Amino acid sequence: MRATKTQEEQWTIQNQVFRIYDLVCHLPPHAQSVNFELRRDNHIEYLIRSLKQLGPNFAVLDANRPWLCYWIIHSIALLGDCVDDKLENDVIEFLQRCQDPNGGYGGGPGQMPHLATTYAAINTLITVGGHKSLSSINREKLYAFLLRTKDTSGGFRMHDGGEVDVRACYTAISVASVLNILDDRLIQNAGDYIVSCQTYEGGIAGEPGSEAHGGYTFCGLAAMVLINEVNRLDLPALINWVVFRQGVECGFQGRTNKLVDGCYSFWQGGVAAIIQRLRLVVSEQMGLPNTSNFDSRTESDNDSSDSDGDQSSEGASSPVNDSCQPIQKGKSNDSPRIGVNNNGYNFIRGSIGMRPLFNSMALQQYILLCSQTIKVSCVLVRFLQITVFLLGGRRPVSRQAGKTQRPLSYMLRSKRTVHLPV
Amino acid sequence: MSEQAVEEESGRIPISQRPEWADVRPVPQDDGPNPVVPIAYTDDFSETMDYFRAVYLADERSTRALQLTKEAIYLNSGNYTVWQFRRLILEALNVDLREELHFVEQITRDNSKNYQIWHHRRWVAEKLGTHVATQELEFTREIFSQDAKNYHAWSHRQWVLQALGGWEDELAYCDELLEDDIFNNSAWNQRYFVVTRSPILGGLEAMRDSEVAYAIKAILTKPENESPWRYLRGLYKNDVKSLGNDPRVGSVCLDVLMDKRDYVHALNMVLDLLCHHYQPSNELKNAIDALSPDPTPSDSDLIQRVCSILQLVDPIRANYWEWRKTTVPAQD
Repeated sequence: MRATKTQEEQWTIQNQVFRIYDLVCHLPPHAQSVNFELRRDNHIEYLIRSLKQLGPNFAVLDANRPWLCYWIIHSIALLGDCVDDKLENDVIEFLQRCQDPNGGYGGGPGQMPHLATTYAAINTLITVGGHKSLSSINREKLYAFLLRTKDTSGGFRMHDGGEVDVRACYTAISVASVLNILDDRLIQNAGDYIVSCQTYEGGIAGEPGSEAHGGYTFCGLAAMVLINEVNRLDLPALINWVVFRQGVECGFQGRTNKLVDGCYSFWQGGVAAIIQRLRLVVSEQMGLPNTSNFDSRTESDNDSSDSDGDQSSEGASSPVNDSCQPIQKGKSNDSPRIGVNNNGYNFIRGSIGMRPLFNSMALQQYILLCSQTIKVSCVLVRFLQITVFLLGGRRPVSRQAGKTQRPLSYMLRSKRTVHLPV
Repeated sequence: MSEQAVEEESGRIPISQRPEWADVRPVPQDDGPNPVVPIAYTDDFSETMDYFRAVYLADERSTRALQLTKEAIYLNSGNYTVWQFRRLILEALNVDLREELHFVEQITRDNSKNYQIWHHRRWVAEKLGTHVATQELEFTREIFSQDAKNYHAWSHRQWVLQALGGWEDELAYCDELLEDDIFNNSAWNQRYFVVTRSPILGGLEAMRDSEVAYAIKAILTKPENESPWRYLRGLYKNDVKSLGNDPRVGSVCLDVLMDKRDYVHALNMVLDLLCHHYQPSNELKNAIDALSPDPTPSDSDLIQRVCSILQLVDPIRANYWEWRKTTVPAQD
């Protein structure tokens, strides 16, 4: 029987990837280990260079420049470094020029505000941190902008006259939440819209009826967590769908029967990481008794040797508040939305209730080999790869004065042998 | 070189040299003195955007502005501000939107994965109304002949069906795509869309029986194909108990397991059934035993054994199967 197009494309990629794995597998141990190092310095150099100048082929991203800022600045921060004060200042001032007088940020100076570029700009400014950066955000106007993007379906529109989909829900809710301006008017019916986008496959689509897709699944799941309605999703079905998105190549595909792609390391890997903190909700949905006998983090096979000790010093831009109430998991949301803006923070600070349900080591190997073999550098891919690499046990670090660099290669050097999947 | 020769060489007259633009002062981009992520624009690009900014700031909704937005779109089809302004001009000038559809069609061919283009197409089609339904379905069909899984095109097609109609041949179209490539998950998703939402088919309840047969046939042809397995679950709205009550479901799982090839999805389904009080036949138990690595299982719990088998034959998901072992609901 003739192979279908799906099969042909899959076998082609599989062969290419396996050839690379095979090559690396047969290298002597030291050479092998070098291939699994995160080339931190190379990445940082590339990122800073890009921050300062981009070539003409980036003209197609001329309406996405805050994204470029975010991918670069956030990647550098995740790598435990920061840019110099002058560059930081330049970033703040540039984003200020992207900020619309009536709220929100556009893709470049003079462009209409857009939810995605707003998300990117806000997260860049938060990553930079500090008074000048944060005070440059006009929260009042931003709230008004978010309200204008709210759609009658409960979802949001990406920009004035733009498209409505699950990305818009996430970018709007995420920005509102982190800036403490999320309220009933923004939340109302958003949960309804996102629930209507969960498909028969278990994943979440961009619009009701469309195909389950990694990018939208991340957006939908994260948004539901932030508005405390995650229990309304069929989580066991979602989990089953997402774990089947990891392929024999070790990376993730975006949809069933499609090819693996580096970017889904973030979208799908991110979904899996969020799931890890939803043990109680998931257990309840599966009809299990609420017991506390879950595996402790230290047994997880992707813990690095010093990540536990750093719990208090990482993420220190906000003081640790021991009296923070845990979010009410598994309960329907009848009560007034007091403290809804704390959902995100509480979620991240909450304990991880389960081991990763995907193969984390395999994914890390895939990502690292991607970064060694890609010839044409891609800022987005690097950001996504670095982010998900750190999903395996490290939290994003905020800038701290005098902080020493933390090469991540020790994480892999500490493993004696590299177990590549058969 | 004469002006004519220059024009012939590059095909583009700089806007500053076009008489119809003589009264306009271009507005440079306000990147500030120390921009970050600055892009090395070509001269054409910079000039076009400088003039665009001028008409945009002046809110000039004229024919020349319309033409200019087209040029800007060719340079960067992702500039949503330009697209939005173009829509305002089209409305102001009351342009015949059938021509606009033609323009969008032209530009989609090189940019078929661009949000702005598809959104614009949707806006135009909505304005034109039901009589473009056929044309829109035809257009997406053309896109699918090049890329049968284009996400934007599928969303557009679904929107067309719901907003403008044309459901009559949709199930047949799904048949066609699946005949061509049974692994095309977008086509399976579309099938589900049609079966559950078409106003002429009677809904999921009416269609379930024939669709179960369809899915099972696809499964037996290629049991390693994940799509029909998920589709089958979908037909029972992920209500695993009803799934188990349909004898054909247990039957197809058994058939695949007995074949001892490509049975990961079959076991995945069996696992779910067992976790929802499904009573396995002796045949099914035997088929599972035959796949079990341990000849004399000390653990008589079928669910645990299924998970163990899966950990071996589907190692990339070993962590997930391990977790499934620990999350079995109480079996009464």
